[in-house]
Amino acid sequence: MNELTVSMTVNGEPREVRVEARRTLADTLREDLGLTGTHLGCEHGVCGACTILVDGDAVRSCLMFAAQADGCDVVTIEGVAASDGTLSDVQQAMHQCHGLQCGFCTPGFVMSITALLELHPNPDQETIREYLSGNLCRCTGYQGIIAAVKVAAAAREQS
Amino acid sequence: MSPLEAPSGNRFVGQRVQRREDARLLTGRGRFVDDVVVPGMLHGAFLRSDFASGSITRLDVEAARALPGVVGVFTGADLNAILGETWVDYEGGPRGRPFRALAEGDVRFAGEAVVLVVASSRYIAEDACELIELDITATAPIVGLDAALAEDARPVHPEHRSNIAETVPAIENPEIDRVFATAAHVVTRTFDQHRYACVPMECRGVVSIWNPALGELQVHISTQGAHGVRGFLSRVLDVPENRVRVVMGDVGGGFGQKMFMLPDEVAVVMAGKLLGQPVKWIEDRRENLMSGQHAREDRMTVSFALDEDGRIRGVRGDLVADVGSFPAAGSSSIKFVGTVFPGPYRIPHMQYNAQAVYTNTCGRSAYRGPWLMESVVREQMMDAVAAEVGIDPLELRRRNVITDDLLPYTSATGMVYEETSISASLEQAAAMIGYDEFRDEQRRARADGRLLGIGFGLYVEPSGLASGTMSSEAAVISIGINGKVQAVMSSGSHGQSLETTIAQVVADRLGVDVNDVTVSQGDTASAPYGPGTGGSRSAVILSGAAEAAASKLRAKVLDIAAHQLEAAVEDLQIEAGRITVAGSTTPSTTIAGVARAAYTDISALPPGAEMGLEDKARFTPSAAITWSNSCHACICEVDPRTGGVTVLRYVVSEDCGRVINPDVVEGQIAGGVAQGIGGVLLEHSAYDDQGNPLNVTFVDYLLPTAADVPTIEYGHIETPATTNPGGYKGMGEGGAIGSPPAVVNAVADAIAHLGVRPLRQPLSPMAVRALLDGAAS
Repeated sequence: MNELTVSMTVNGEPREVRVEARRTLADTLREDLGLTGTHLGCEHGVCGACTILVDGDAVRSCLMFAAQADGCDVVTIEGVAASDGTLSDVQQAMHQCHGLQCGFCTPGFVMSITALLELHPNPDQETIREYLSGNLCRCTGYQGIIAAVKVAAAAREQS
Repeated sequence: MSPLEAPSGNRFVGQRVQRREDARLLTGRGRFVDDVVVPGMLHGAFLRSDFASGSITRLDVEAARALPGVVGVFTGADLNAILGETWVDYEGGPRGRPFRALAEGDVRFAGEAVVLVVASSRYIAEDACELIELDITATAPIVGLDAALAEDARPVHPEHRSNIAETVPAIENPEIDRVFATAAHVVTRTFDQHRYACVPMECRGVVSIWNPALGELQVHISTQGAHGVRGFLSRVLDVPENRVRVVMGDVGGGFGQKMFMLPDEVAVVMAGKLLGQPVKWIEDRRENLMSGQHAREDRMTVSFALDEDGRIRGVRGDLVADVGSFPAAGSSSIKFVGTVFPGPYRIPHMQYNAQAVYTNTCGRSAYRGPWLMESVVREQMMDAVAAEVGIDPLELRRRNVITDDLLPYTSATGMVYEETSISASLEQAAAMIGYDEFRDEQRRARADGRLLGIGFGLYVEPSGLASGTMSSEAAVISIGINGKVQAVMSSGSHGQSLETTIAQVVADRLGVDVNDVTVSQGDTASAPYGPGTGGSRSAVILSGAAEAAASKLRAKVLDIAAHQLEAAVEDLQIEAGRITVAGSTTPSTTIAGVARAAYTDISALPPGAEMGLEDKARFTPSAAITWSNSCHACICEVDPRTGGVTVLRYVVSEDCGRVINPDVVEGQIAGGVAQGIGGVLLEHSAYDDQGNPLNVTFVDYLLPTAADVPTIEYGHIETPATTNPGGYKGMGEGGAIGSPPAVVNAVADAIAHLGVRPLRQPLSPMAVRALLDGAAS
């Protein structure tokens, strides 16, 4: 099987892995690098549970081959909180607003919201709903998640 | 104080305590089944049938077996003959439910697992599946209720004589004959509910670790109940249950689908045992939507007899439920549909019969309110009857609702409601949504060519279901040598926030800070037996167990403290872990001080007291059902051009007794409402007439997104239950029960003036357009 060496920065650390050409980035993160916070909910790019940041953009890691991430800067859910465990403002807002229940979709939402607030620091209701429609949650009815976006945005505006 | 009497001064129950589960789940440090990695672990993949029905005429796995990296290839012939007993704990014994690990000789639904390949990686296992030569000679499948019930229908299971899986016969009732013969109005309708599914965000998965040297099995699995898996696997594999350990870890939703193990999961565990090596299998989404069980497909014909004032005098119901080919235990709920059908209304007489039928489709599982056809039909029928007899639908409900002055009320089917607030929830929902104002708005909108509608879903929810294995829960609570509390619970959460709510309950009962309580769950090596989450039971029964165990432990703590402080137990109080004599701050001790003594110094304990600080209790509520009640109200707009439906407002008035944590209650309601909105408008596990599943990706099976679910408005009424010491009622399923009829009724109301009414779902844009086209012609 055709193998390649992939070098990328993952959560600020340089990482090098040898992978089959067909190996997805999600599998590489989860299995080769042990970053199991990136979850697979559909493996065909709809549910958004596997969302990560690649060079700052929200990307579905199930639809990307590891080989395509060569030279990229990758941030996964494990890289969002501070190293001492302090939650990011988005994570804190999700906690405060009861934005998660089973928690399986949560890493993808945190990554998508993180990207959303970079694009739209003060999104209105419609923008939030539209942007987050690329992530599926089966537990919360999205109530706490949408509230969390507003709380995080408001907190950023104040700081 | 009796162990079950609630102490005063609760501080955490009732508060919006933020979840203890969140920190790990928000940072990617949860531990779901696919996160489990063990040395030497192999990976499984299934080859599944492409046909709904047919004979296997050729099965050649040699090329797959020869692929480098493949360790084992298993067919039905390898596994079915060595299957032990396949009844699940919930069934209490063999029930004749069809079950096989893998298809053998024939296939009975499209998606049935035929071959399991085990290899060094999932990639190789899937490669090997493509090398298997499988020939199936297709036969005409049984698809749909009519085909199953046809006179000359071929049995889906040749070993069964017919496709009738279960029957509930009607009971002769001359009184109801008289009621119908003399009624001022008799209205009859047939309602179809379409097939949709639980669809947890985490698919199913299992890691099987068989230790041949010890004869011991360890299983990590995404499940709603670890003990049920253990009892079942012990019988299936004929391994003593005390040599089977099941660990559930974090579970990414279940909603009923993960109540019981399915054949493919069993095949994985059997393969691991035969190979003597750990095997992981993680279901992919296509498998989940095609083979991971479906729900809801029902048809019910119902007749209401009413007097001249629109008061219901009697109801007749006839239900047919499609349970597919290999249904999970208890999935059809056909008996229960009839039992709870009268619901929130005064219905003096009820006659009911039902059938569940096998078809060549994916088997049925429980799904959040598995019996909800009663509310789906009853609430649609209330609107249909209102239209036919010319009474406003809210007014018809008011005339028939069970009012508080009638409590305790015994329904026609023998259900007793006591601490409910049914008419109050109807009125609260009507007021919150602004019913009268909406009717004005609706008239104005119609004049502008806009189609707005309003719908109600009023129901009583049978929560805290306590029968058979589900009758009890247990808690083992200990205070450690340093004074911190650990509660080990019999059943574990798959998203219900039990690590938080149980901690609140225990903290209040012991008088400690909620952050000093840790809740453990889901490991049969430490947890007492429990049936798992389901039946809206945890708030009632699991909390009851926690309260009972904490009360016993509290008594032990006070006993030791009274000895140390030379005071009477009755005079002691515990606040924030400090134990004082009432009316005085000195002398005092702490729970930590008591704990230290309890573990280290027997001389500091009262004479005869046992060392240590731990206790266990098992709790059964005082009634088999703890009734909660709720009313949903929905306003929607139908686009006359596209048939698309937008939900504009959604109100839920809910009485789940004493609320442990409003965030958790509202979160559960919202999730259920989203499932109802999705179920009615978007989701469909459809088959074509050849039994091919048509919705096996998220591109075809549409889950509601953040753009589809409006802001949900909540009204809380708190009528404490008396079935458990905390006064709690369950409401885990209610959101999903009340929402489908509320949404259907809102859509129906939006187009009612055009003279059309939906009788089947889903109400996709295409279906609504067809109704509008019917009105125009």
